[in-house]
Amino acid sequence: MANTIEIRKLTKDYKDIRAVDNLDLEIREGELFSLLGVNGAGKTTTIKMLCGITKPTSGDALLNGYSIISQEAQVKQIIAVSPQETAVAPNLSVEENLHLMCGVHGFDKQKTTEQTELMIKQFNLEKIRAKKACKLSGGWQRRLSIAMALISEPKILFLDEPTLGLDVIARSELWDTIRSLKGKITVILTTHYMEEAEELSDRIAIMKDGHLLICATAREIKAATGEEKFENAFISIIKGGAR
Amino acid sequence: MKRMLAFANRTMKEILRDPLTLGFGLGFPIILLLLLSLIQANIPVEMFEITHLTPGVTVFGLSFMTLFSAQLISKDRESSLLTRLYTTPLRASDFILGYLLPILPICLAQAVICYVLALVLGMQFNMNMIWAILMILVPSLFYVALGLLCGSALNSKQVGGICGALLTNVSAWLSGIWFDVDMLGSAFKKIANALPFIHAVELERAMVIGDMAQAMSHIWWVVGYAVVFAAIAVYVFLRQMKRQ
Repeated sequence: MANTIEIRKLTKDYKDIRAVDNLDLEIREGELFSLLGVNGAGKTTTIKMLCGITKPTSGDALLNGYSIISQEAQVKQIIAVSPQETAVAPNLSVEENLHLMCGVHGFDKQKTTEQTELMIKQFNLEKIRAKKACKLSGGWQRRLSIAMALISEPKILFLDEPTLGLDVIARSELWDTIRSLKGKITVILTTHYMEEAEELSDRIAIMKDGHLLICATAREIKAATGEEKFENAFISIIKGGAR
Repeated sequence: MKRMLAFANRTMKEILRDPLTLGFGLGFPIILLLLLSLIQANIPVEMFEITHLTPGVTVFGLSFMTLFSAQLISKDRESSLLTRLYTTPLRASDFILGYLLPILPICLAQAVICYVLALVLGMQFNMNMIWAILMILVPSLFYVALGLLCGSALNSKQVGGICGALLTNVSAWLSGIWFDVDMLGSAFKKIANALPFIHAVELERAMVIGDMAQAMSHIWWVVGYAVVFAAIAVYVFLRQMKRQ
């Protein structure tokens, strides 16, 4: 399978802190890839650089062949982000939020209607389509947030802590949604929930202090550490990789 | 252009659907006009004569537009909505125009409401009133640019304090709407004349009576402040966009 993302020596310095240090990583097309690490590991900075929000200090990354340094506009055409916090326009209805995303991607009226209906159907938003986003529960807002990311038909989707703060049922439903994306688009997931990464991911990368410690499947990571539980394997790697 | 309009459409909806906008932005100037006209009816004061009062209240109402635009921008910054939109094909100019342009028709609507009420309260209609309504766009640019600046530089709590309390007070005290600034001495008058608020009010008053020479002597102050604040606002917005 071809690589959708190729990260080459990506580095980001903030004053006296190196947030990401010479990161090399390849992510395959259609893969659901998780980035794990404790706070300050460099996950969010990595994602911000890949999305064009933050400029790298050095290095580069190719997304579908486009450089995040020199082809930012092309990169923005093929990616979508569902940020950690709810990223919806509060006084707009569900349908209007979806229209907003179509509009900022320059869709014409027909495509806007088609894509909106598709997302409403795919995410079961029919009953709440006219409801203001600020009136929705956390779970529905998160679901809308992902629908807003997917409406532009991205090749690569970044999901930052998608289930943070959700109850068990809402999390389970969102997992089903994320699972359904497997193989269709490349998904980069950051999460603090070990079981979420293990359950959903094809491969997992663990970062600490801006460095990549390991990149493998959950089973391989457990085997490498001799742990049965993935959470213990994660702790073992983080402690073993202490600098 | 299409992308910017989609974002601008959202800005307008967010502002118009906020009940505070309707209450303060449109309701407050109406209450002021009614109240002061009532006082004028009982105790005649030249300052509150309807032809003199309406341009001032109309300009004062613009300070609420600064508050609303600043609040929207600062809340967008605090939520993840802007982070999401920064990853779309929207350019920096789309964001800036998308925040600025939708407020201008609201300012215009506010001016129309004020002048229509003034007609009901006894102001005589003439073509000067139309020009005065259109001229409100010039001070609007200054107030909206100030909103972009405050929204880009401050958090929503600070916006509430600085735009909601400080600006409305400064705009009221240093504009000559409620009292003649001469009454407070030459130092106060110098400060008032060095700021755009009094010039914005005098510009409107001159337009209402059709005194173009007087209008021209004030318009450059307002335009100058609008251009400078717009430039600073764009710089600060772009800076915070990079920081994001």
